[in-house]
This record gives sequence, C-alpha cells and structure tokens, in this order.
Amino acid sequence: MAKQVIALSKRERLLRAVSRGPLHVAIIAICLMWMVPSTGLFVSSFRPKDAIATTGWWTAFSTASEFTLANYQQVLTAQGMAQSFMNSLIIALPATLLTVAVAAFAAYAFAWMDLPGGEIIFLVVVGLLVVPIQLTLIPVLRMFASAGLTGTFPAVWLAHTAYGLPFAVFLLRNFFIALPKDLLESAFLEGAGHMRVFFRIVMPLSVPSLAALFIFQFLWLWNDLLVALVYLGGFRNVAPMTVTISNLVSSFGSEWHLLTSAAFISMMLPLVVFFALQRYFVQGILAGAVKG
Amino acid sequence: MARVLFDHVTKRFGEFTALRDFNLEIADKEFLVLVGPSGCGKSTALRMLAGLEDITEGSIFIEERRVNGVPAKDRDIAMVFQSYALYPHMTVYDNIAFGLRLRRMPKDEMDPKVKEAASILGVDTLLDRKPGQLSGGQRQRVAVARAIVREPKVFLLDEPLSNLDAKLRVHTRAEISKLHQRLGTTFVYVTHDQVEAMTMADRIAVMNEGIIQQVGSPQKLYDEPVNVFVAGFIGSPSMNFFEAEVVENGEGVRLEGEGFVVDVPDDRADDVRGFLGRRMVFGVRPENIHDKDYVPAGITAAPTAVKVDVTEPMGNEVFLHLMAGDTKLLARVDPRTAMRAGDRVEVVIDMERMHIFDPETKESALS
Repeated sequence: MAKQVIALSKRERLLRAVSRGPLHVAIIAICLMWMVPSTGLFVSSFRPKDAIATTGWWTAFSTASEFTLANYQQVLTAQGMAQSFMNSLIIALPATLLTVAVAAFAAYAFAWMDLPGGEIIFLVVVGLLVVPIQLTLIPVLRMFASAGLTGTFPAVWLAHTAYGLPFAVFLLRNFFIALPKDLLESAFLEGAGHMRVFFRIVMPLSVPSLAALFIFQFLWLWNDLLVALVYLGGFRNVAPMTVTISNLVSSFGSEWHLLTSAAFISMMLPLVVFFALQRYFVQGILAGAVKG
Repeated sequence: MARVLFDHVTKRFGEFTALRDFNLEIADKEFLVLVGPSGCGKSTALRMLAGLEDITEGSIFIEERRVNGVPAKDRDIAMVFQSYALYPHMTVYDNIAFGLRLRRMPKDEMDPKVKEAASILGVDTLLDRKPGQLSGGQRQRVAVARAIVREPKVFLLDEPLSNLDAKLRVHTRAEISKLHQRLGTTFVYVTHDQVEAMTMADRIAVMNEGIIQQVGSPQKLYDEPVNVFVAGFIGSPSMNFFEAEVVENGEGVRLEGEGFVVDVPDDRADDVRGFLGRRMVFGVRPENIHDKDYVPAGITAAPTAVKVDVTEPMGNEVFLHLMAGDTKLLARVDPRTAMRAGDRVEVVIDMERMHIFDPETKESALS
C-alpha cells in the first residue's frame, strides 16, 4: 500500500516536471532575450572606440586583448560624470526620504485616525495617480520661478516628493491598515497617543513596506530625466547623470564608447540598492495585499 | 478601586443596534462576567468601557467620572485581548514595560515592577524572548502581566482563554481567579463560555441580542433563570424544555406532554395550579432525570416510559439521550446504569426542581 503511494507520487512528480518543462524553457528564453541588450552594452563599455565602430560586441570574445578601462576613465574625469553621480545622489536620496516620511504620516492618518471625510480624501489622493506629470510642469515651474527655487536642489526634492506621494500613500496605507487592530488598540489603552503608536508600533512593524517604497521611489528618481531637466536646467554643476548622459548623445553624436560606460555607471547604484534590499522588495509588494 | 456604571447605554453601527438600553452597575473589586452567544453585544460593551468604541446614547461612569469622549489612554484601564496583542518586535520585558515607559517612570522604579508582574505570572525566565518564541499559554501570561503591571483601576479581559487548549484553560481559569483575589481590582470579563462564567464570576450578566437578560450570582442564575434563554444558556449540558398541559385529577397534578406524562410533586403543585388546562413550557435539568434503579432517596415521583437514543459514558456519570414520546430529553444519570441505546426503559423525572415558562413571552412563570 505504502509503496504504491510512493510510486504514484514519483510518477506524479515526473509528470509535473514534464508538464512544466516548456514553461521553464520559455521563462529562461525570455530572461536571456531580455538580457541581450544589457550584456551588449556591458561588453561594449569595455571596448576601444574603434572596435565598437567597426565590429559587433559579440566578436569581442575572440580577441581578449581588446578590452580597456579607458572609456570609464574618460567619462568619470573629462566628461564630469563623477560630479553628475554626486548630483544624482543629492537629488534622489533626500527626495526619496522625504517622500517616504510624508507618505508614512499620511498613510497612518488615513488608516488609523478618524478623519472627517478621510475616505474621500484618500480616494482623491490616489486619483491623482492618473494626472500626467507633463500637465503640471509649466505651472509648477512658474511657481518655483516666483519663489526663486528654479535651478536649485530643493525644487526637485519638492517636485519629486509631490509626484511620488499618491502612489506612496496608497502603498503604505494599504499596508498599515492590514496591521492587527488589537496591537494598536492595546497601545492606546496603555496610554500611547497617535505619535507614540506611529513611531513605536507601526514604524518598526512596517520596515518591509517602507523598504519596498524606498526602492521604488529611489529607482524612479535615479532614472528621472524630465523633472530634473525642467526644474534644474541642464547646468553641469546641478545636472544628474541622466541629463549628462543625454548630453553625451547630442554633443558627441556617435561616441558609443562613452555612452555605454556612462550608462553602466548610472546603472550601478540602482543594482546595488536592489540587490541589498530585494528581500524586502518582494515581501513589501505582497505585504499589503495578503491580509484584509 | 473603582466602580463602573453603564447608564442607559445604546450602541448602533449604522442601522444595526449592537447594544440596547444597557444598564449595569459593577461594584468595586467585583469580578463581573459578561456572557452570551457571539454577536450578543458583550464585546461591544467592553470596548465601549475601554474607550475603543464611541457611545451612541447614554453614559458610562468609572468611579464618579463620566468617561464618554474620554480617550482610551486617559481611562486608566487595562485590557487583555483574545489575540493577546503582544508587540511582536519587542521582548517580553519591553512588552510589559511599554505602558510604564510611556508614563516616563524612572528605570529603578520600573524594573522591580516589571519583574514582579512577570514573576506573578511565572514568565520571569522569558523576559529576553520575543513573543514569536513563546507558546500560546506563555503569550497569554505575558499579556496578563502587561495588563497588571500598571495597576489599573479596571481590568478588562476579552475572551482571554479561547485560544488555549482545554487543559490549560481549566488551569488558567483558576489562576485568573487567584489573581483577582490578589489584586483586589474590578474585573470585567467577556466570554461566550458559560463554564468560565460560572467558575470565576462574583456576578454574571447574561446577554442576548444586545440586551441584558439577567444579572446575578452564578447560583442565582442557575436556580432561578428569568427566561428560557438564561435557563438554556447557563448549565452544561443545558436544561431540557418541553411543552405540556397542566392537568389535575384525583391523584394530583400532572403534566401531559407529547406522548408522555409526568407527575408534579405535592409541594410544587401550587406553583402549577394557576395554569390548569393551559400549555406551558417546562424546564428540567439533566441531573434531575434519574435511572429508575438509582433514584436518590426522597424522590417519590412515578416513572415515565422513554426510549434511549444514545448513551454517552463520561466515567463519573452517563449522559442519556432519551425520547419521551416526541420530546427529546437529556439525562445525566448514575454510571452504574444498565440502560443501552435502543432500550425502552423507565426514568424518574424529578419535577421538584422544575422551571415553568410562558410559551408566548418565554419569561419565567414562577413568581
């Protein structure tokens, strides 16, 4: 009897493996296809200018001597990419922290405080997700101009925070509201006010969702070109990497060796952030949805 | 330390009325149990007292202070939740100390208090653990320790035993009673389990559909239930009910049920004479139905013919599921009984302890 059961389950396992085979092949194939351009970019960034111009990147492996670090050297020093890298950080980091902080307060209020009309306000905030960013560029720029903020970092911090809030509030509110009600009520009964409950109970329990939001927002800001270009202008002392890279294209035309290495420098930090926090990334996306 | 008063309290959630004209006075140091089936409003009443729900109408007083609108944190109340609600990211020590830290108690004053509360509940060896590393029983103890450490005026417990296994529940029941004696604080305890209510309470308030049915000592509720609901809810296994017509002939007063007849003892005859010729609802507890061969001394009622449906031996007693005509009866008889399922036998139904209810209003017809 027992043997039969085992034999059956073995057969089942085999059947399952066979039936899932095509799925796995398809997934791997898609992943490989997805990676081809990035791999090409990566290989090209280490090739000399002439080699890039004359042969495809896939030929690079036949002659190993072709690889060089000169492209990176030139981009970081001569093209001011190091400065832009710093600018990108100065823009993305405070703006991300500001977004997460403001969104956390707002989300707590929407989830746990008795606000008159709170539901409606929340719907309006989430509804703002559909407003195209382009619609706001000129009015906001005028506002910044009259306040003397254009071309300064605070202008992009404020703009990025405002653009990021609808999604951030939505994500965090749904996570907060799924926290066990008893926990918060217990804290209230013990004498905690909303501030204490927020900092001592809700924040420590929400690290995964806060981390997920941090990653989302940071990646988005790091890759942003439009907002930075509009509110900062193209000046080298404030330009983030996206702006500087796009300038490389226009001013040097087909300087592929610089473009590829610059693109890779720009990708590095997001990759580090993603891999460092990816555990939270997956958790955080699921976190708000599981309960409720 | 504190008297609690519910004064004409009503709670509505939209159209639904969870609590209707709720009046209850809980004396200082009393152990009061709110008991009733789920959805009867008992938890709502407790949450209103805690300040976790608004009061739609009426007032709640703690001591002489009207607490409507007073936030939970200012009521000086502690509550043990059914889920225990321990903070998962804090150690047991920090969980217990949480309320004291909020009051900015100095560390040298707080530390002995936390340790004392922990040792009263026997969790003093677990202080460095996180709640996730504790068993259900240990979590429950930590939750109680966290509640007592602040020495609150009123202590609320919302079904604190329902997540424990049966054996631990019996043990913890006694522990909570002991704790009440030791602390001398007002306890308000919510449960759906009448055994918990009977064993722990000074007084019980039985609730159903948002209305208090009866308030009294456990024995009073058991002996003198005011209506069919209380009679059926208090006592385990619960009381048998049957409809019967009250008849009197030369030999005395009898009750004629659906296919069976029971004698009424002479000293209770006057209670039922007023209902001669009427159909009433009668209640008799399972322990007042006896195997004909093992009738306690002093009971002289004539036997009634019944059929045995099922027997449930419990060791110290046997539960018999009987059919008397078309009426189902449950008897709790001597374990030596020879009755077996399917037997046609005779039992003695002792109506000395009978309860009589009005079939229309379901209220007790005994004055």
